[in-house]
Amino acid sequence: MSILIDEKTPVIVQGFTGDKATFHANEMIHYGTNVVGGVTPGKGGKVHLDRPVFNTVQQAVEATGARASLAFVPPPYAADALMEAADAGLDLVCIITDGIPAQDMMRVKRYLLRYPKEKRTTIVGPNCAGIISAGKAMLGIMPGHIYIRGNVGIVSRSGTLGYEAAAQMKALGIGVTTSVGIGGDPINGSSFLDHMARFQNDPETEVVVMIGEIGGPQEAEASKWIKENMTKPVVGYVAGLAAPKGRRMGHAGAIISGEGDTALEKSEIMTSYGLLVSPSASELGVTVKKALASIGK
Amino acid sequence: MDIHEYQAKSLLSGFGVSVPPGGVAYSSDQAVYVATELGGAHWAVKAQIHSGGRGKAGGIKLCRTYHEVAAAAQALLGTRLVTNQTGPEGKVVHRLYVEKATPFQRELYLGFVLDRKSERIRVIASIEGGMEIEEIAKERPESILQVEVEPAVGMQPFQARQLAFGLGLNLKQVSQAVTVILGCYRAFRDLDATMVEINPLVVTKDDQVIALDAKMSFDDNALFRRPQVTEMRDPAEEDPREARAAEFGLNYVGLEGDIGCIINGAGLAMATMDNIKYCGGEPANFLDVGGGASPERVAAAFNLVLTDQNVKCILVNIFAGINRCDWVAQGVVQAAKDLRVPLVVRLAGTNVEEGQKIIRECGLPIVTADSLMEACEKSVKLARGEQVA
Repeated sequence: MSILIDEKTPVIVQGFTGDKATFHANEMIHYGTNVVGGVTPGKGGKVHLDRPVFNTVQQAVEATGARASLAFVPPPYAADALMEAADAGLDLVCIITDGIPAQDMMRVKRYLLRYPKEKRTTIVGPNCAGIISAGKAMLGIMPGHIYIRGNVGIVSRSGTLGYEAAAQMKALGIGVTTSVGIGGDPINGSSFLDHMARFQNDPETEVVVMIGEIGGPQEAEASKWIKENMTKPVVGYVAGLAAPKGRRMGHAGAIISGEGDTALEKSEIMTSYGLLVSPSASELGVTVKKALASIGK
Repeated sequence: MDIHEYQAKSLLSGFGVSVPPGGVAYSSDQAVYVATELGGAHWAVKAQIHSGGRGKAGGIKLCRTYHEVAAAAQALLGTRLVTNQTGPEGKVVHRLYVEKATPFQRELYLGFVLDRKSERIRVIASIEGGMEIEEIAKERPESILQVEVEPAVGMQPFQARQLAFGLGLNLKQVSQAVTVILGCYRAFRDLDATMVEINPLVVTKDDQVIALDAKMSFDDNALFRRPQVTEMRDPAEEDPREARAAEFGLNYVGLEGDIGCIINGAGLAMATMDNIKYCGGEPANFLDVGGGASPERVAAAFNLVLTDQNVKCILVNIFAGINRCDWVAQGVVQAAKDLRVPLVVRLAGTNVEEGQKIIRECGLPIVTADSLMEACEKSVKLARGEQVA
């Protein structure tokens, strides 16, 4: 199994006909993703990449039965696109867009609360590399070939650091169930904790890697939950030990502004809650190997 | 993005927040002129730099005569003000704000932040104005009052009243404080701020509630729709290298070490810096060249990193996802001609073999590495002047 997506999940692309969306939709189709159409307001009725284009997400869902979406929408229109996806009842929207205003995401998160939990759309991102269920389906912009199928789940704020982990694991013959990029913004659609719970319930996932960075309370929240609820070993890593206070390190959310925001504090919290913390980013692969060995795998 | 105190006050007063009368001055003559225009007998001459803690650092001078105003302005303009927030290098004072002095009976604290835990705007107030919020949280945590704003409906008057009464204000002061609190909230919301801080918010002897200081920060991601904020940008407050980096779409943060870093992806860039430290070295900078590391961007990155005279070695670490290693390698080879320091290149991801081949066969003394650890170890050695295989 995998989490969030597999080869059967019917997927649409929001902002389908744009250059970047076209390139990545094509990559996704080649990887095996079940892309059933796309949405570009004003281009409904056209055919793009041999798939139908719709004016609204609602029309796309009615006509194709889509359950998930990849959103490639420019920052000014991103919040609108996310709320449209939620309103159309999609299970999942993954949003790649970097540069969405934080207060827009705040309103989107509030908007989701209109729906009962079982009908609420899961948002992954923004400012992320997307989701890949190795060998099955890809909803994002990652290089698919660095992931081999296996029994380890990855959830990472950073895209490239997620790649680094997957590549180190591949070199050791270790594969992935699903890798989720939750994104580098201060307000994420979904958190480490949300996906940790999914990995706990996925029978095929035996170890999970959580790759955090400076800024925000998410790593600590997830670590506490892991200690209390999780039976599978979790490998942790937090980037930004060398980052100075008060400076934004590339990602809008990667900034040390208060207590608990530093990489050192977060790593210590992870250790105190029983996670296996990788001493450096170059030891992510071997640390996962140790975690697998600890459960006889 | 940060703005100056006088800019924050002009924005906030547009939302009904009371501020003392004042004016900007770029010279001591102008400062005296502003004081004359303002009238009265006492003025505060305040250094305008993007930092808190200006008072303690001697950046705010209370004056009783025009002569004192001139002397204060003379003393402040052009000086390097070192506060507890600027770092040891401090910030040069280019602008002053001259304000009519406001006698007060109480100093309060009022702050607004975008709270990442609750994903809401959080309003913080305390009777301990004048102290920094971190100090208040440590020494007088019981004095901190907080409310969270429900994003669907915005801040309600009762929430402002809760804070105002909680601060022990009398009825006349409460109605003034509610205007200030709701005004700041609307400014926060309508201008896409990430922080508004009024410290101190003062209560005058005649029950006026006035923002004596004001600090605002804004969401860089929202500047596209806030032209009135964008035009307040002061390039003199920014690190010139960071400003140049931004022109090329690069993210650069200068640090103290001697290993220049050129990396794609913010997370990988941070992790590489950490790994350099782990190997006993010190990174000279954070630099994310972004997803599409085109030859132009790679060249710009090299130029930028080399403007730092401390750099003794450059480490390029690219994990090619969307882009291809061979393409990145061509950019690196072009940019690395006539380099004054040793260069270590680690490529991974799409088309890695082709990329490594280009680096090996280019005839330049480039050191290659297959793994992140190997790249960091080699860079640390080279920065120390040691040889590597």
